Amino acid sequence: MYVAVKGGEAAIANAHRLLADRRRGDRSVPALRLDQIVEQLALGVDRVMSEGSLYDRELAALAVVQARGDMIEAIFLVRAYRTTLPRFGYTNPVDTGAMQVERRVSATYKDLPGGQVLGPTFDYTHRLLDPELAAGAEVETPAQRPVEPEAMPRVSAILAHEGLIEADGEMPLDHVPGDITREPLQFPMARDIRLQALSRGDEGFLLALGYSTQRGYARNHPFVGEIRIGEVELELDVPELPFAVPLGSIRVTECQMVNQFKGSAKAPPQFTRGYGLVFGQSERKAMAMALCDRALRASELGEDVVAAAQDEEFVISHSDNVQATGFVEHLKLPHYVDFQAELGLVRRMRAEYEARENEDKAEDKREAAE
Amino acid sequence: MRGREAREQAGRKALMATLAHAEADEIARLWNESGLPSEAELLRGPETGLVTVRGRIGGGGAPFNVGEATVTRATVRLPSGQVGHSYALGRDKGKARLAAIADALWQDPVHRETVETKLAAPLRAALDAARETKRVETAATKVDFFTMVRGED
Repeated sequence: MYVAVKGGEAAIANAHRLLADRRRGDRSVPALRLDQIVEQLALGVDRVMSEGSLYDRELAALAVVQARGDMIEAIFLVRAYRTTLPRFGYTNPVDTGAMQVERRVSATYKDLPGGQVLGPTFDYTHRLLDPELAAGAEVETPAQRPVEPEAMPRVSAILAHEGLIEADGEMPLDHVPGDITREPLQFPMARDIRLQALSRGDEGFLLALGYSTQRGYARNHPFVGEIRIGEVELELDVPELPFAVPLGSIRVTECQMVNQFKGSAKAPPQFTRGYGLVFGQSERKAMAMALCDRALRASELGEDVVAAAQDEEFVISHSDNVQATGFVEHLKLPHYVDFQAELGLVRRMRAEYEARENEDKAEDKREAAE
Repeated sequence: MRGREAREQAGRKALMATLAHAEADEIARLWNESGLPSEAELLRGPETGLVTVRGRIGGGGAPFNVGEATVTRATVRLPSGQVGHSYALGRDKGKARLAAIADALWQDPVHRETVETKLAAPLRAALDAARETKRVETAATKVDFFTMVRGED
């Protein structure tokens, strides 16, 4: 027999009303506007776009404020919104070599065409809290350096010479890129599908896994060949126009990790590569993605799979924080009936156990008496 | 003839790119000043949907899907018969409608010049100026390496 227990409608309605009140907070404090979040919490907005897998700054800002700053809740909101929209198609692949660069650094080559351009970075700051910022001080306008424009080819294109660094990842010509939003995950998976999963994967999870490879769990000797951040143009092929229609530009972060590789039965000694590409400005995420991408290529490169970061099914199945939070957080929902059933089971097992114990004790006593 | 067609397409595409990058308010303001007509029949949309953004493995290798972006599109027909399309990132339906009308007007020899001079040129100038500012601000953060010589030898 199954008996459904209903209730809590008024409590739920009032809880949501209370949530709305607490979200708004003290009414004497001005309410946040979305443009303030877009402009001043830009990297938080970028994280929501990247892991929500939807490039739309205002929607991400709305999600951040609606979630009271809870990033995973905001990402969940964005993911849910995505499912309500029709899909117009797949863009042509972006050309990161033609990016309008806002930051570009290489840890392997000092003098590369276009140079080392720091851009708006936290690097080399002293990580001291700034009381002047709290007091609302005005900030200086940026310095300008009117120099001739200079091409900034991807470092991978420059380094391809000598054949000591592997080429960009190729797939058979007839390979159609897989899409995890259309087909369920299947293991083993091709690198293109892994990259899609990693690009929307949880930053903290990928960071920890990337870190683990540096600490010796699947060590792969990484160098940052290049990180670049900036805007790339999007174009879409549509049937109604004889050319690819320009859609505007989006900001992305790209990381080319270069890894020393001593060679294996499958590949000669060379530098291998891991790749990261994420929405918005997030080099931590792009770097972690590149480290994981490289670690997950273990089988392809003939390395032993010995660590978590190399285990494709482990990494990809657990990288999505919306899935992860859904399964973890569902535990708090009512499980009254399940628990009652388990309680009955444990009670019975306990009774049997105690009966056995008592029997053993009685037997011990008898034996001692004899 | 083929060359002319290619130039024609390049010009149309350039206008679409400019409109896609431009702010909706800016397009509307210039439109009002331009005297361009804005009546048109909506054949499709404006409607918002998604495109899946693709990248390439390693930057230049095989394509893979990165994630989605919102895009709004519209298709219009002018009273004179030209059909215009627009696509742009974001969810601005007013902008999509105006951009589609601009595309249609651009195909009409009567209006092309006005669209180019009163709408596209000022939008392009503003976009170029913003890009240039960003470029020189970024350039100011370029590292100039120098070598320090230590010791006598």
